[in-house]
Amino acid sequence: MRPLLAILCLLNVTYVSGNTIIIGKNRPVNTLRQAISMAKAGDTVLLQRGTYKEGNIIIDKSIHLIGVDEPILDGDHKNEILTLTGTNISIRGIHFANAGYSSMNDFAALKIIDATNILIENNTITNAFFGIHIANSTNSIVRNNTIIGTNKTEHLSGNGIHLWKCSDMLIASNKISGHRDGIYLEFVSKSIIENNKSLKNVRYGLHFMFSHDDTYLGNSFENNGAGVAVMYSKHVRMENNLFDKNWGASAYGILLKDISDSHILHNRFIQNTVGIYMEGSSRIGIGKNIFQANGWALKVQASCDDNTFYQNNFYGNSFDVATNGTMVLNRFNNNYWDKYEGYDMNRDGIGDVPYHPVSMYAVVVEQNPTTLVLMRSFIVSLLDKAEKAIPGLTPENLVDNNPMIKPNKL
Amino acid sequence: MFKLTRYVLYDILRSKVVIAYTLFLFAVSIGLFQLEENQSKAILSLLNIVLIVVPLISLIFTTIHYYNSYEFIELMLSQPLSRTRILLSEYGGVALSLISSFMIGVGFPVLIYTFDATGLALLFTGIALTLAFTSIAFLASVKSRDKARGIGSALLLWFYFSLIYDGLVLLILFSFSDYPMEKFTLFLSALNPIDLGRIFIMLKMDVGALMGYTGALYKDFFGSGAGIIFTAGIMLLWVVIPLLLAVRVFRKKDL
Repeated sequence: MRPLLAILCLLNVTYVSGNTIIIGKNRPVNTLRQAISMAKAGDTVLLQRGTYKEGNIIIDKSIHLIGVDEPILDGDHKNEILTLTGTNISIRGIHFANAGYSSMNDFAALKIIDATNILIENNTITNAFFGIHIANSTNSIVRNNTIIGTNKTEHLSGNGIHLWKCSDMLIASNKISGHRDGIYLEFVSKSIIENNKSLKNVRYGLHFMFSHDDTYLGNSFENNGAGVAVMYSKHVRMENNLFDKNWGASAYGILLKDISDSHILHNRFIQNTVGIYMEGSSRIGIGKNIFQANGWALKVQASCDDNTFYQNNFYGNSFDVATNGTMVLNRFNNNYWDKYEGYDMNRDGIGDVPYHPVSMYAVVVEQNPTTLVLMRSFIVSLLDKAEKAIPGLTPENLVDNNPMIKPNKL
Repeated sequence: MFKLTRYVLYDILRSKVVIAYTLFLFAVSIGLFQLEENQSKAILSLLNIVLIVVPLISLIFTTIHYYNSYEFIELMLSQPLSRTRILLSEYGGVALSLISSFMIGVGFPVLIYTFDATGLALLFTGIALTLAFTSIAFLASVKSRDKARGIGSALLLWFYFSLIYDGLVLLILFSFSDYPMEKFTLFLSALNPIDLGRIFIMLKMDVGALMGYTGALYKDFFGSGAGIIFTAGIMLLWVVIPLLLAVRVFRKKDL
């Protein structure tokens, strides 16, 4: 609700009439710095087509900076380009290029500090260290921006959209690639992150810590170095997101560490090394998701408790569920498992034989990963069959008592 | 030589076993593709056919064929033909008929239903395993004069390659789990054509799991151009070396 209010506020602000200052090569005002110092609160500054190299510019009053035909603000590889602080500022349609790199400071193409009611829309950021860096701000919108990094190593590139200590933010429809983390949130609460595309980032597509009461809707995270990692947060909702092709030795569709009281619904996990990896997480409802062609659909460590996995569909995963102990405090119910071999006598759509999703071989591989080389061999299927007949090693309580015969309709 | 191969082929076709084998493979493949709603599961079941049934049939059929055409071979030996040529023609006939059964029985359905990297890897493996196990069977049968012993040793070889070997690998991996075994398992996989074929297909099918932890090593190795050449090369060795040994034994053999 509060981000919605923020949008309404911004709409009001945008159409308050003020003076308009036009900046262009052959106009009386031909630098942005000059225009900013002339402008008063409520003014609109139109930046016309061209390339402007003016070092670091600070905006600390309520103005609307609008680019006409994608003007370029160039940081010359040494500066932070634009720094915003204050209230009611909007930045639209500008191409930020070549922001500086520093190992001491978090230089960003666009930095926002101590601000409220900021709108960042339709901008392009290329070749920046950090893309958009927001600190200690509230009620702001970052929308429809394209942020393309240089895909260097982890310490040479910053985050695409970086939020620190913010609340009531809306991050929507941005496209981020080639940065360290696509979207990074720390101490960010009551915010909505939706319809973003975060791909080919060096580390995580989405990374958040200590960020409570946030909602993630319809984002897609593809081909990131290590997928998505979320830690130490409560009351998180993740719905309709796509986690695709996050491949690597420690890559996960989502890594959940110390997450509690959250919901993960209607997401699709496709071709990840691990779909969901959970550690120390409690009271999470994971339902109506699709897990397809992952190496491991779920890795639920024994430190997780009171989580519910319901009405998910599992297709063609190399392993459905793996765990590292025999203690199981989580529930599985009404999932569809394509490896299920039971029958349904009373035809209520629910299999009469419980399904144990942890195979013997999954336990073996967990203990000795080198044995992965024996996957799909005759001896492995014999072992699995033997274990099914006389269970001994696999956790007995990790069981779906009501497995579905046909895939759940999602 | 081709003339002799042709006679062998005619002879095999007349026995109808190969036709039954073709029909069996065809029925199973079509059945799997029709029954399973997702293709990957059908391919998975076909993988088991290729890794278990194809070597078994190749071994058994070849040994039985060899002993059944013993008189024919003896007759040919009375002609001015070299022993090498006779054995190679026999091999050509048998291998050709088994490969054509495999291509009709499994190849056609796979090409129709899933013409992709996994399907092609499956076909490559099937053909390579047919060739390799036919030559292993020739070696087993020229070694012993007694039919029962020949078939018995062929069965034992199948049992060894498809089950016991993997059990031994599992044992080794657990006994030496404190040591870095990744590179060594690459070497171990080369010692069994079934394992080699299985890993080759797995790289296409379980790419997600193989990218994790140690799996990345296998993926990097077998997935690279060098790895594919390595796989093909080792497979070729598994075809050529037993066959050459068989020819050597056959040439010196007192029939």
